[in-house]
Amino acid sequence: MAIAIAIVALVLLSIAFQLLTPWWQTPLASNWKSIDTALDVTMWVCGLVFVALNIFLAYSIYRYRHRRGHRAHYDPESVALERRLTIWTAVGIAALLAPGLLAWKQFVTVPKDALVFEAVGQQWQWSFRFPGKDGVLGTVNSRQVSADNPFGLNPDDPFGRDDILVEGSEVHLPLGRPVKALLRSKDVTHDFFVPQIRAKMDLVPGMVTYFWFTPTRTGTFDILCAELCGVGHYTMRGAVAIDQEPAFETWLSQQPTYSQLIAESTPASQ
Amino acid sequence: MTSTTIADDTRVLHHPKTWVGKYVWSQDHKVIALQYSVTAVAIGLVALVLSDLMRLQLGFPGALKFITPSAYLQFVTMHGMIMVIYLLTALLLGGFGNYLIPLMIGARDMVFPFVNMLSYWVYLLAVLVLVASFFAPGGPTGAGWTLYPPQSILEGTPGRHWGIILMLASLAIFVVAFTMGGLNYVTTVLQARTRGMTLMRMPCSVWGIFVAAILGLLAFPALFVAAVMMMLDHVVGTSFFMPSLVSMGQQTKFNGGSPLLFQHLFWFFGHPEVYIVALPAFGIVSDLISTHARKNIFGYRMMVWAIVVIGVLSLFVWAHHMYVSGMNPYFGFFFASSTLVIAVPTAIKVYNWLLTLWRGDIHLRAPMLFAIGFIFTFIHGGLTGLFLGNVSVDVPLSDTFFVVGHFHMVMGVSPILVIFGAIYHWYPKITGRMWHAGLAHIHFWITFLGVYAIYLPMHYLGFLGVPRRYYALGQTAFIPHSAQVANEFITVAALIVGAAQLVFFYNMIWSYFKGPKADSNPWGATTLEWQTPQTPPAHGNWGPKLPVVYRWAYDYSVPGAPQDFIPQNVPPDGVARHHAT
Repeated sequence: MAIAIAIVALVLLSIAFQLLTPWWQTPLASNWKSIDTALDVTMWVCGLVFVALNIFLAYSIYRYRHRRGHRAHYDPESVALERRLTIWTAVGIAALLAPGLLAWKQFVTVPKDALVFEAVGQQWQWSFRFPGKDGVLGTVNSRQVSADNPFGLNPDDPFGRDDILVEGSEVHLPLGRPVKALLRSKDVTHDFFVPQIRAKMDLVPGMVTYFWFTPTRTGTFDILCAELCGVGHYTMRGAVAIDQEPAFETWLSQQPTYSQLIAESTPASQ
Repeated sequence: MTSTTIADDTRVLHHPKTWVGKYVWSQDHKVIALQYSVTAVAIGLVALVLSDLMRLQLGFPGALKFITPSAYLQFVTMHGMIMVIYLLTALLLGGFGNYLIPLMIGARDMVFPFVNMLSYWVYLLAVLVLVASFFAPGGPTGAGWTLYPPQSILEGTPGRHWGIILMLASLAIFVVAFTMGGLNYVTTVLQARTRGMTLMRMPCSVWGIFVAAILGLLAFPALFVAAVMMMLDHVVGTSFFMPSLVSMGQQTKFNGGSPLLFQHLFWFFGHPEVYIVALPAFGIVSDLISTHARKNIFGYRMMVWAIVVIGVLSLFVWAHHMYVSGMNPYFGFFFASSTLVIAVPTAIKVYNWLLTLWRGDIHLRAPMLFAIGFIFTFIHGGLTGLFLGNVSVDVPLSDTFFVVGHFHMVMGVSPILVIFGAIYHWYPKITGRMWHAGLAHIHFWITFLGVYAIYLPMHYLGFLGVPRRYYALGQTAFIPHSAQVANEFITVAALIVGAAQLVFFYNMIWSYFKGPKADSNPWGATTLEWQTPQTPPAHGNWGPKLPVVYRWAYDYSVPGAPQDFIPQNVPPDGVARHHAT
């Protein structure tokens, strides 16, 4: 009896929590409305099922609790009922899966005109690279990584010469333009996670991974590492600043290119 | 001249003559079950303490000076690994599997009693190697229970010298132990059922354990090879999982390996592992609900097929743990679909548990309370799984506290509630004594309400985007101060739930010595283990003659029958009934 009341109370508490919670998704700052929509649909469907099943559970416990002289019904199975439940469940599942897969279709389809930049992770900091005037990122090799060449750029590759290197942990991106983030790690797996952007992806050493998004509002957002990367994992922070296009261009033009860095470091090392 | 059939010949059992033979090097499945259970619970207590230490750091950052970032990650790792492998897997299969299979199918023992004994001792060795890592230089590994390379064997991760080696060795040893046990469980179910015990008359408990054991035999080898390969990478310098990389500014000699290969191997084991834990719990809870609601399990055939289908499908969903791992994103379409398909047979199981209660005669004793608690937590954990399985919804939630909340509800709390229910249910049979009902109720209420207080808020922190495996949140613009309040609240709840388990242990130990003598069948259950000639069952289980089975395991409240249950070994009585088996 108490357990039936407790279940109803927990259901009511859960509904209240859902309605009153101070902790919910951060305001969206990217095009990934479709992810939020799929999440909302899931929340509604699952919420209704949660309430319905538990109310049925609580009612059954209350209605059929043991009393003197009461005897259970003998009721082995009902093929018709089980079939109906199976079909309706399958329909519900399909209804959840559809928006999820549609959003995923978008997720894997990177717009052709996306601005490409690279986020590079290492224990426990971020750095960034833009392709420069030629629009092509120069080749890299982890064997080239050194204190003088933190990005591991191939010095013989002409495409790399004009690459713009951002060694600070803050990157700027333009508002309203699709960007494709190429992700590379120098040491262990990391994950590029900006909650307001929703999309995230792991950085995996030995390969280049990617995802895309379109920033939809200006502001500065935390980048968190979301894949355990050692004792400093929780300190591996960066920032994405979303600027209006001109401000972004100005910022970008102030960042050094690979040639400039070589020119600076060569006299010093000789 | 009288003759004895082979099945009834008890001379082959080699009755032990010494105390050591009876309780230490025992080949009796019941003793081995208790050895497994006590060891699993003991190491599980370590993991429980570790979880409370973690919570203390999250709730009250920096209050305990010895919880450094390294120690925190070590607690996270050891807590997860111990709970999943050394507690849940060992207790549900090595403990309950061992105890219940022979008794429920009417066998005298496992078919390979010596291998069964070896299985336990090898498991104990795995536990000892694991415990040794706490005392190794540098402490246990802090790589997270997923042990993802490259970080698990590189500078910057705690326990990267000895801790990880001992962890991998312990896992490999565990797989050996599991294989010996698993082969035994599967073979025993297939070969040693007593006359009349057809597969479709087996109790759901046996079905769940049986399919879980098969799954384990298919899945654990993936963990075994992953452990061996990582060991080679670490000790010999091979590059199975290690690409060319720079560690702490130093070039390494690794070249050409794939970190994703490890993740695939790990989750090819890791996802079936969820069901290796869940299926025995599904089976056992079905029997608890049926017995204490005095009603047959609703839709037995569907329940059995659902277990089988879930078992098969669970081998095809592993990469839903890897949607944002950097694998080819097109895999997401397949794995999201296969994952959500599993929800259908799982939902059927939930419906049938509810429909078993419907029109039942529900006795709200401790085992039933825990079973009902399980239904509630499993509905919650199952539904949040639909968020994470549905590829694009997973993207913002992966690696946040939502994931922590989800998997603790679905594969931590839910199976553990079933385990508690099962212990209360079978305790009178195992010990011959009855536990204290009042203490059992106190234990239930604190545990059940407490776990919801712990895990419900975690989901919302996850929606907000609070990442998991963080030693401290630090200054993060999007995380309001109230999130810290939530963490404090969760920690207090976790400490209370942790302490409440003392009530359980006190009850179990006190009742073992001082509890009132229990009847041989106190719940009026139909299954064979309650029909043994002695309580607790003697070596050989059945006395001179094996029981013969005449009916399914769920003849409760049969119309016209004098009692509200008919044991499986009672011959047909002419009462007209209509059921499937």
